[in-house]
This record gives sequence, C-alpha cells and structure tokens, in this order.
Amino acid sequence: MLELRSVRAGYGTFPALFDVSLDVRAGEAVGVIGPNGAGKTTLMRVISGLIRPTGGSISMEGVDLGTTPAHRIVELGIAHVPENRRLFPRMSVEDNLKMGGFVPAARAKHDGRLGLVYELFPRLRERRRQLAGTMSGGEQQMCAIGRALMSDPKLLLLDEPSAGLAPVIVDQLFDLVKQIRTGGLTVLVVEQNVQQVLRVVDRAYLLKTGSIRAAGTAAELLESETIREAYLGV
Amino acid sequence: MGVFDIYLLEALINGVLLGGVLALLSLGLNLIFGVIDVVWICYAELIMLGMYGMYFMYAVYHLPILVASVVCIAAVAVMGVILHVLVIAPLLGSAPINQLLATGGVLFFLQSAATVMFGVEFKNLGLRLPVLKVSEMFLSYSRLLAFVTALLAMLAVYLFLARTYTGAAVRAIAQDRQIMPLMGVNTHRIYVITSALGGALAGLAACLLVLQYDVHPFVGLSFGPLIFLICVLGGLGNFVGGFAAAFVFAEIISLGGLYLDLEWGYVFAFAFFIVMMFLRPQGLMARRS
Repeated sequence: MLELRSVRAGYGTFPALFDVSLDVRAGEAVGVIGPNGAGKTTLMRVISGLIRPTGGSISMEGVDLGTTPAHRIVELGIAHVPENRRLFPRMSVEDNLKMGGFVPAARAKHDGRLGLVYELFPRLRERRRQLAGTMSGGEQQMCAIGRALMSDPKLLLLDEPSAGLAPVIVDQLFDLVKQIRTGGLTVLVVEQNVQQVLRVVDRAYLLKTGSIRAAGTAAELLESETIREAYLGV
Repeated sequence: MGVFDIYLLEALINGVLLGGVLALLSLGLNLIFGVIDVVWICYAELIMLGMYGMYFMYAVYHLPILVASVVCIAAVAVMGVILHVLVIAPLLGSAPINQLLATGGVLFFLQSAATVMFGVEFKNLGLRLPVLKVSEMFLSYSRLLAFVTALLAMLAVYLFLARTYTGAAVRAIAQDRQIMPLMGVNTHRIYVITSALGGALAGLAACLLVLQYDVHPFVGLSFGPLIFLICVLGGLGNFVGGFAAAFVFAEIISLGGLYLDLEWGYVFAFAFFIVMMFLRPQGLMARRS
C-alpha cells in the first residue's frame, strides 16, 4: 500500500532522513520505534507531504506522493495525526471533526463518519460543543484521532500518540488503536513507548539517526539483541 | 425629558449608528489579519476607490444605485484578490515590516493614482436622503441605512464562518496554519477567498460611506487610522474584540463631539487608545496565552 524507497529528507541543509526504505501492506499495523531525534516525526511529515523528500520515492497505492500537492494527499486515503495532536484549540470538538472531513469526498459522508467517531469515542459526543483546547490530554488525543478518521482514510499515521499522557490513558489509547484496526484500517505508528507499541503492531522498524537499523515482527524485535543494545538499553 | 437629555440621547444613538459602520470596516481588516497574518495598511484606500466607483457609476453614468452597489462590491473584491496575488503572496514568507512597507506603498500609490486620475475636488452622489425626526431628535436616514446594512453584512459573515466548510477553514487557518494540508485544505485558495471577502466588505463600506461623505483622494485618511486603532484595541485578528472596540470608539467620538467640537471627539478617542495601550497592550479582549 505504502512504499518508501531510499527516501531522504531534511530541514534546510540539515538532513533528518537518509536512505529510508519501508513498506506498509494493506491491513497491517506497522510501528516505527527509535529514540528522540531519530527522524520519526520527519518520516511521518514526509509521507503526509508537510515536508518534501529531497531524494528517493514515496508512493501510495502506486501514486507518487513526491509530485502530489500536500493538500491532495488526504484524498489518496492518508490521514495524519500529528505530533502534539495539533487540534484547533479555540474551535469546538465538532468543528475540529468537521475540519478532518474537509475534502469533498469526506463531506458527503460527514454524518456517517461523525456517528462512527462518536461510537468509538463516546466522550467526544459528550464534549462536542466544548472548545478543543480546554479538554484533557487524553481527550485531545481522541479528538485528534477522530479528526483523522473523519476523512475515511485507508492509512492512518499516528505520531507519538502516547506522548504526555498518563499510563492508564496510554493503555486505553492502544486498546482503541487495536479496535480501529479491526475495521480494516491500515496503521503506521511512530512511538518512543516501545513496549506498548510492540503489543499493538504486527511488524516494526527501528529508526536511528535517520536510517533504518532493524526490522522484523513485533516478537522478533522484542527478542532482538540489536534493539536491546541500541535502544532499550537493557 | 430636558433638552439636554435629548441631545445626549441623540449623541448616544448616533454613536451606536457610527459603531455599526466602524465594526464593519474593522471586520474586513481583522479577517485579513487573522487569516493571512498581514495588515492591509491600504484598506481604507480600497474603500476610497469603491467610493469613486459609486460616484462614477451613479452620478456620472446614472446606473441605478443598487446595480452600482453590486458592481462596486464585486469590483473591490477583485481588487482585494489582485492586491493579494501581486503584493501579499510574494511577501508571505518575509518579515512583517516588509509586508507593512509594501501595503503602505500601495496606500501612497492608490492615493497618488486617484489624485492624478480624479483630481483633488470633493465629489458626491448628489443624493440627499431624508433626515428622520423622532420626538426632538434628528437621525439621518443614510446613517440608519448604513447601520442596518452593516449589521446584516456582519451577520452574513458570521453565518459563513460558523456554518460552511470554507468558513471553518478560515477560522482554523488562523489557529494553526502549518497543519492545514493535513486537512486537505489548500491554504492559498483560502487566502484568495479571504482577500475577496475582505475586499467585498471594503466595497460594501464604500457604498454606505458615499451616502454620508464626499469622496476625494485622501478620504481614506479620515477613517483608515481609526479602523486600524479599533482592530488593535480589540486585539488584532479578534473579531469579537474588534466589534466591541468599534462601539467604544464610536461612543467616545459621538459624546466627545456633543460636549465639545466634533474634532475633540477624535482627540478623546485617540487619547483613550494611547491609555489603553498602556493598560491592556494585548487589546480589550486579550486571550490568555
């Protein structure tokens, strides 16, 4: 479904990704783990078009993303839940969700998608008139995921969904990610919380200083010496 | 009720009527600033061109006033888009001071161009609307018309922002510009739409103001600074704050003009602004950040 081949990207003259290749197949959940500053957020941004690759190729179901304008990438079925959630803080929950369904194809499905998001996150229905910026971190993360689901995506990109949340909320969040997957949605999730994310995904990549250092199934990575040494530090 | 109270009431009502029009003027500037993060210093000059447009269409070419108004609103909306595409868009990434200087340059360009093309004589529609006499008060029909139209226009803008997808994108973009592509929003398209809307509001203001004031190349100076101060006092980009500040300013001008000369109203208004900038530099309705 999603293919990255030798992708390079960076900010100005500062390179953040070197030669990254990875695949996400339809229906899979794939994790990208790695320490702070490894380039995980850059990887997500380059897929959703917020920054453009300086080399290599990215394609979604055969469509080249490098030549697709950033605002058209949503229409290909990619929804990105950005780092730090990035809700519109002075807009209501319902207006935030409305923005998630902005593209014409999603507008036609607005009511159905809204019902589905409220079913998944009943708390959002209770708070639908509240300003998004006034909710708790966990509620905001739900709202950010709900906003991404409004576009009826095929591939959901989650960037550090557990950041800044209490452990009990993190558990709930990953349970919800599992639940979202059962609907057939493909997920690519970037996390520092390695133990948690490996419970949810089928496969994972280890990203360190801008390149992929290891790849395998969740079970393999949990056992892997490379991961233990390079990242877990145990 | 004594005669004095009648004058006071008349001044208060005229203040409210003026406030409605000032609120409309500041809404256009606030929209542009909130969405595009640029101040159109030349906003009042767009209104001046609209007033000339009305003068030529109505007084010279004798078009019906409503037709002339519609053409005026559309034409100034197009000017807003041209201003955005030619001047603002190339400078979007530059320092704010460069953007201010560029739109300031447009201000002088438009004033000079109007002087060359239209001369410095004061022109008017030659249309005098009646003055209503309510008990002992005199209320000008053109002011009432301007007030009601301004309120309706602001209501329309409110509904556009609250109800439509494009309106939601306009509000969202003012809160987080960078992630708009993730929503599938083409920010440049929203900028063009907002510029057209800001221009259309300036065009509408021109239709209303030309009923009350003569037009000349420097007419923008008589309300341009006032619009700008209202926006700053309300908190630049804050629509509700701008709305409230417009009425505060209008009442100060109107009541100051009642007790002293009209010019004193403006002196009080600007003095009030300076004091407020010390007390609440973020504007009347500053958000806690």
